[in-house]
Amino acid sequence: MKPTNIKDPEYFHKVVDCQYACPAHTPVPEYIRLIAAGRYDDAYMINWESNVFPGVLGRVCDRPCEPACRRGRVEEEPVAICRLKRVAADNKDDIKARLPEVKPKNGKKVALVGAGPASLTVARGLAPLGYEIDLYDEQEVGGGFMRSQIPSFRLPAEVLDEEVGYIIDMGVTTHFKHYVDSLKGLLEKDYDAIFVGSGAPNGRDLPKLPGRQEGDENISVGINWLESVAFGHTKSVGKKVLVLGGGNTAMDCCRTARRLGGEDVRIVVRSPQKEMKASPWEIEDALAEDIPIFENHVPHSFVVENGKLVGMKFEKVRAEYDENGKRSLIPTGEDLVHMECDDVLIAIGQDNAFPWIERDIGLEFGKWDMPVVDEKTFQSTNEKVFFGGDAAFGPSNIITAVAHGHQAAISIHKFCLGENVAERPEPGVNLLSQKMGFHEWTYDNHIDHDKRHLVPHVDKELALANLKLEVEKGFDQELGYEEAMRCLNCDVQTVFTDNLCIECDACTDVCPTQCINFTDNGEEDELRTRLNAPSNNKEQDLYVSGELKTARVMVKDENVCLHCGLCAERCPTSAWDMQKFSYSVTKAG
Amino acid sequence: MSYLKSTFRHPESPKNDLGYTQANYEGALSTLCAGCGHDSISNSIIKACFELSLEPHRIAKMSGIGCSSKTPAYFLSNSHGFNSVHGRMPSVTTGANMANRDLTYIGVSGDGDTASIGMGQFMHLVRRNLNMVYIVMNNGVYGLTKGQDSATADVGSASKKGVPNMYEPMDLCELAISLGSGYVARSFSGDKEQLVPLIKGAIKHNGFALIDVVSPCVTFNNTPNSTKSYEWVRDHKEATGTFDLVPHEQEITVQAPKDKTESITLHDGSVINLQRQPGSLDVRCRESVLQALEEAKQNKQVLTGLLHLNTDSSNTHEIINTCDAPLNTLGEKELCPGSAVLEAINESLR
Ligand SMILES: Cc1cc2nc3c(=O)[nH]c(=O)nc-3n(C[C@H](O)[C@H](O)[C@H](O)COP(=O)(O)OP(=O)(O)OC[C@H]3O[C@@H](n4cnc5c(N)ncnc54)[C@H](O)[C@@H]3O)c2cc1C
Ligand SMILES: Cc1ncc(C[n+]2csc(CCOP(=O)(O)OP(=O)(O)O)c2C)c(N)n1
Ligand code: SF4
Ligand code: SF4
Ligand code: SF4
Ligand SMILES: [Mg+2]
Repeated sequence: MKPTNIKDPEYFHKVVDCQYACPAHTPVPEYIRLIAAGRYDDAYMINWESNVFPGVLGRVCDRPCEPACRRGRVEEEPVAICRLKRVAADNKDDIKARLPEVKPKNGKKVALVGAGPASLTVARGLAPLGYEIDLYDEQEVGGGFMRSQIPSFRLPAEVLDEEVGYIIDMGVTTHFKHYVDSLKGLLEKDYDAIFVGSGAPNGRDLPKLPGRQEGDENISVGINWLESVAFGHTKSVGKKVLVLGGGNTAMDCCRTARRLGGEDVRIVVRSPQKEMKASPWEIEDALAEDIPIFENHVPHSFVVENGKLVGMKFEKVRAEYDENGKRSLIPTGEDLVHMECDDVLIAIGQDNAFPWIERDIGLEFGKWDMPVVDEKTFQSTNEKVFFGGDAAFGPSNIITAVAHGHQAAISIHKFCLGENVAERPEPGVNLLSQKMGFHEWTYDNHIDHDKRHLVPHVDKELALANLKLEVEKGFDQELGYEEAMRCLNCDVQTVFTDNLCIECDACTDVCPTQCINFTDNGEEDELRTRLNAPSNNKEQDLYVSGELKTARVMVKDENVCLHCGLCAERCPTSAWDMQKFSYSVTKAG
Repeated sequence: MSYLKSTFRHPESPKNDLGYTQANYEGALSTLCAGCGHDSISNSIIKACFELSLEPHRIAKMSGIGCSSKTPAYFLSNSHGFNSVHGRMPSVTTGANMANRDLTYIGVSGDGDTASIGMGQFMHLVRRNLNMVYIVMNNGVYGLTKGQDSATADVGSASKKGVPNMYEPMDLCELAISLGSGYVARSFSGDKEQLVPLIKGAIKHNGFALIDVVSPCVTFNNTPNSTKSYEWVRDHKEATGTFDLVPHEQEITVQAPKDKTESITLHDGSVINLQRQPGSLDVRCRESVLQALEEAKQNKQVLTGLLHLNTDSSNTHEIINTCDAPLNTLGEKELCPGSAVLEAINESLR
């Protein structure tokens, strides 16, 4: 293998598993250390810079960082990264003075369609630079799906109000209760650029299922129903409720139904339970609220008696997989299963819909009637129009919408300056030795062996009786500290200088997880078979040095390095050093 | 400075025949100087015991005084141990071995502990052929007392103090061979590929087994003018051949290449596969080994690998014909059979 190029920012970035997995590349270990130090404001601001909604995301983020967390490879469970973010948000003081200063108006004007996280992030990038911003949304308040879909027992309105408010207060002009019915019309106004952050607002239905029309009064599309609950239009539901679908929307529907009077609320899914799309923790929370899951049940028909929905019939199937792992659902031939119900909520997916975008304005649509959008610049084929969030590439999540928003803001800014949008700014990177003295480090290199701490919940009876009562109480400062100590500081990198190494083996010998090897070089696959410890996780890189005096090379498997610094402590020549790597995605403002 | 090592280990750590991982053979985090060769030897011992699937509680680690003699704290935490007096590990081990012949005895010592203060004990230990592994962590200095030249320092070799040594060095391997040890090897702390199989062979050998391991003292004797520095040893090390041990418990599946390979069966059925360079020495022949060692010395080479092997030697118990049961398992009746038996013995000698 060639010597690893550690000058390439992406090499060490990838070692910081959580930050790398975060679509917005939030510097996770840095804020976790600040939480451990009780510096909640600083921890909050690091988050805010990267992901704009720390209080929101500390509760409802999809947390792609956690499955990626190194801790999950070293012991059982990842660091509760998401809940630590909330600790920062819950414990901070007033941080308003630390928000970016808004510069005088620069004479440019931008329209944002939709007031969800994507548009709000664009506003957060451009408003401080002096842009005049018009924010349109058909809803009566800002927040997008964070407001209309995510139930308040998961995300209290005050938290959302605060963080949406920070952005609106940067001088953004809001046009709420304003549905944009023509992009052409908007283009004809004097905007320098337009950002479309209109989400994926169409919930899928089962229009052809027998009984659908007849039972309509008691059959709802999940996201429409949740919105109606969120804005107070729907206040109750029948005692027996069937929720169709296995994604997160289904989980929110069934838990909301339990709070609106549903006593026998069931989730019914076509697939086996283990293949449900919902996050494991959402499924757990639903099960904890006495909501059973019926797997391998394919909707067959709605049963309507005397013009009223009384139940549903399902066909039982079993999953079979071909050699490529492709699944087919094979009917078992058993009798149809009949389930009684008063209401049905259909939560089987969402689609994009752009009825308000004309097809003759130089804005090309491609596959699945989706706009053609550049994956890096977020520019459409109409150079003035940019997309982001669910509107760009289909339904995803808040943190992805934020990541898009940051990039789109950069693009819009460059576009307005007449610069080449395709040229992207480099990330800000830095490597800083953590050596404080002989065998002393500026970071706490002691490895904590605690298991993941559980987040306390409110009493179930209380939770089910109150739609607005937040179920999770969050970590208090003490638990937050304990959990923060589980972080392995993956951003403190093991940096090797080959010409200092005397090949004494001290690092190899001390390393608890046998990461370090001195061996003959070879091709990666072959080399992996010769290392001291099994090296089967090919997603994790091998760090290979230049040739050493004995013509061997140092090979470090990054997979389960604990970043404990013992290698550097035991190295007599400082060939190993622990250096903090910072990586920040460049923002527009 | 860290005093604790995380207890997290590689999640896919392999297990040996006893179901143990290498972690079960580890010790405390070393407090020796960073980069000390002794730490690598500790790790080779860990690896050898793990790979041989030895039960840790059936091992006793014995040592004297010195940085080297401190190392038993850093390996085999689950084994017995005795950190004795300077140069007195041989007699303490002899006593232990007499009391319980069933344990595996791994003695570690330094060049000072062995070749200076402990020389007398060492020589008699070899003569008696006590069944044990004796590892000398040889750095040419008294590390613990801050780097005075030891009796194994080569003439002209200079440690950190810069004054070349004036006295003839002792060659512990030559000494052990001439005193009849049946297993004598030399190795280098920085070469685990060679050292681990040598330790395994020494453990399996019946009788006294010496491994003299050159082990650089980074703090006092890793200078450009030292013949016990990492660089010097790497540049001047010459191996007698490669060496591999197949324990008797393990089925021999890979046939060693026939030419140049000699397979020697040990008393317990384990097999040593020796692969020799053409024209290299015959390790079974004492004379030729002693000659080869002298020649290497003249050529400023460090001859490493298995130097001498004699599988026919008898250990102390066999020589003095003790009973098979460890003495510590015998009761008072067997140990003090009474005056009638004594009378009979005396009578037989009249
Ligand atoms: C039930 C449910 C639960 C979810 N839970 C989570 C979760 O826990 N964590 C998570 O990360 N993600 C969750 N998501 C996904 C997440 O809400 C979205 O991915 C995210 O909000 C997308 O952000 P966005 O900015 O692209 O658009 P959205 O948040 O969808 O906002 C789009 C806004 O545009 C408005 N709009 C659309 N068209 C027009 C128009 N023509 N004129 C004016 N206004 C318009 C809409 O009213 C809406 O307010 C959930 C989604 C659903 C449906
Ligand atoms: C009876 C006695 N004499 C002298 C000493 C002082 N002393 C301690 S260690 C040591 C030399 C150790 O040298 P070596 O065995 O080579 O070990 P190293 O530290 O080099 O590994 C000496 C002389 C002592 N502890 N006890
Ligand atoms: S241990 Fe800490 S730094 Fe490492 S991936 Fe997990 S949260 Fe991130
Ligand atoms: S920091 Fe060094 S010693 Fe610690 S686990 Fe990583 S490679 Fe091993
Ligand atoms: S003084 Fe020398 S022998 Fe002793 S621990 Fe330090 S390096 Fe090792
Ligand atoms: Mg010594």
